[in-house]
Amino acid sequence: MYKIVRKKELNSSVTLMDIEAPFVARKAKAGQFIIFRIDEMGERVPLTIAGYDREKGTVTIIFQKVGFSTNALGALNEGDYIHDFVGPLGRPTDVENKKRVCVVGGGVGCAIALPAAKAFKEAGAIVDVIIGFRTKDIVILEDEFRACSDNLYLMTDDGSYGEKGFGTVKLQALLESGIQYDEVLAIGPVPMMKFVCKTTEPFGVHTMVSLNPIMIDGTGMCGGCRVSVGGETKFACVDGPEFDGHKVDFAELMSRNGTYVPREKEVAADHVCRIENMGKALIK
Amino acid sequence: MANMILTKTPMPEQDPQVRARNFKEVTLGYTEEMAVNEANRCLGCKNPKCVEGCPVNVRIPEFIKKVQERDFKAAYEIITSTNALPALSGRVCPQETQCESKCVRGIKGEPVAIGRLERFVADWYRENINAMPEKVASNGIQVAVVGSGPAGLTCASDLAKKGYDVSIFEALHTAGGVLVYGIPEFRLPKAIVANEVTKLEAQGVKVMTNMVIGRVLTIDELFEMGFKAVFVGSGAGLPMFMNIPGEALKGVMSANEYLTRTNLMKAYNPDADTPVIHSKAVAVVGGGNVAMDAARCAMRLGAEHVYIVYRRGEAEMPARLEEQHHAKEEGIEFKTLCNPVEILGDENGRACGIKCIRMELGEPDASGRRRPIAIEGSEFVLDVDTVIMSLGTSPNPLIRSTTPGLDTNRKGCLIVDEKEMTTREGVFAGGDAVTGAATVILAMGAGKKGAAAIDEFLKK
Repeated sequence: MYKIVRKKELNSSVTLMDIEAPFVARKAKAGQFIIFRIDEMGERVPLTIAGYDREKGTVTIIFQKVGFSTNALGALNEGDYIHDFVGPLGRPTDVENKKRVCVVGGGVGCAIALPAAKAFKEAGAIVDVIIGFRTKDIVILEDEFRACSDNLYLMTDDGSYGEKGFGTVKLQALLESGIQYDEVLAIGPVPMMKFVCKTTEPFGVHTMVSLNPIMIDGTGMCGGCRVSVGGETKFACVDGPEFDGHKVDFAELMSRNGTYVPREKEVAADHVCRIENMGKALIK
Repeated sequence: MANMILTKTPMPEQDPQVRARNFKEVTLGYTEEMAVNEANRCLGCKNPKCVEGCPVNVRIPEFIKKVQERDFKAAYEIITSTNALPALSGRVCPQETQCESKCVRGIKGEPVAIGRLERFVADWYRENINAMPEKVASNGIQVAVVGSGPAGLTCASDLAKKGYDVSIFEALHTAGGVLVYGIPEFRLPKAIVANEVTKLEAQGVKVMTNMVIGRVLTIDELFEMGFKAVFVGSGAGLPMFMNIPGEALKGVMSANEYLTRTNLMKAYNPDADTPVIHSKAVAVVGGGNVAMDAARCAMRLGAEHVYIVYRRGEAEMPARLEEQHHAKEEGIEFKTLCNPVEILGDENGRACGIKCIRMELGEPDASGRRRPIAIEGSEFVLDVDTVIMSLGTSPNPLIRSTTPGLDTNRKGCLIVDEKEMTTREGVFAGGDAVTGAATVILAMGAGKKGAAAIDEFLKK
């Protein structure tokens, strides 16, 4: 059993928790993930690590209450226990030998963009950060990003805070201004990561994306998380979760993520989503 | 007086029509009368060949004699002097190629039902006594066992009996390895596996779940923590795919994924949170025991049609005859000499069919089985909404890739010497991690040898 030692609501749907898991905290690195299971009948849910405190033996997770298990986790409080918490899984972010990078976070994806930005900074890179949110009310981790970035660009879709527009607009502008990035790392909803890749492609900038497909064990056993990368089948849990975004088959990933969406909802999920629409308009 | 009937005493089973829709155990086990009756078929050979046929050398005629005498407790003690997990091996061992294949009664008629008797004795003991084993005085020497499948459990048990301070590191949230994630409830009830784990804990073995060795701790760190030897029994968990078009469609998955959802995550139980596809028609590709398990799970989850699609003939199928027989009884349709070439998808990206080509058998290949050859122009489509790939598994690379000096062969299997030691001093290995996918009992045998080798190594 693993104790919830801190709980903080970051906005109306996003929650932060510190979980007591000393073994995981000792080894965790940016880019890796954990799998939690609330109780005996619970499902195994992967979440990318948002932070860790090696001395206190805690691991920070930040999650959006979107499904059954994340809602159930969000209903727990400090002092409660969850049944299982396993990690760190996957490969860490490769932060070595980069002079200047741009980390692009979208929505709750910013939670896992933060440790990556910190890790790049600690490795000596100049770190530009673009974080994008739908609106002012759901902005998270602004101060934390400011502390670990050289330049922070905060974007909102509706212009209610920071600059108006998608993160890709800012990224495009930075690239056009002639800044040479060794790497762009995008973490957020799948369509957002896809458009970041489309934005960087003409500039030939190496772009990594952090994927979170359906998985069970997280150790390479089930193959549920397989993604096509450059025409090869990779397991996100052991080969990733970060991959070269210019090689990822995003359409396949989006389709596979809908495997357990019931039929009627699947039709709804297939609609061209808001991000997709706006992104398309921008890319033209 | 010896029972000279030529056939085994039948074991009661659930009716195929009924069991095909539930997850309760298929075979129901002998009653005391049936067990004694079957035990009386054993001639108590002076030079028992059956014992040689057993990877863990169970003293078979001796325990059967005790069954004849109705001293079931003594029978249990004889079995467990060499086999830590008789309730498991009595159920899932391929006895027909091991102990029973050597039985003299098999020359004319059927061999003694050694497996059924072993199961009876183990079940009788669990239901009537279930005494927890005594904890042996500790010698203070720490040994780590990686993986809690049949190899790891057996190794840990043998080491604990010798007084070692054993810790098992299991990657999943429940101990048991393939016994809990792979083999379905209806062949091996999970309560039986859990009881074996409880017995290990009573022997002083620490079972640490949620510990993925290679990630949370490396083998080197285990030594730094004070472990004097490590046994790697991490199995062969990496699933293979065919690399044919359509494998990324929704509804296509590995047998590992399907079985893990169904067994470990209990998706057959409506109270469990993990979803599983409730398919109408399922194609399981492959002809091994895992394919049979997946097909029979699909039937129990409510499928109307379940096909086994296998590229060779029925005679070449690697699955146990008993499993094939049970599957057919439950309505699984065998499409042998068929090889998938493509999986077809609908407009939502879901699998809606599997295109196969018919095969014929040519000359024997390297495996000694006749090589299947495609018959040109014989393609046909099976309408299915789920395709389960059961093509075999290979060892997980996580440990070998994080342990310097740990050598593997071309298939990724750990290389061990005649003492079960890997190419790293003090690191031993056994089971599927060494052999590639094999049987529970071979893994148990390897766990036993590993424990003996570790004992010898540490006493030097």
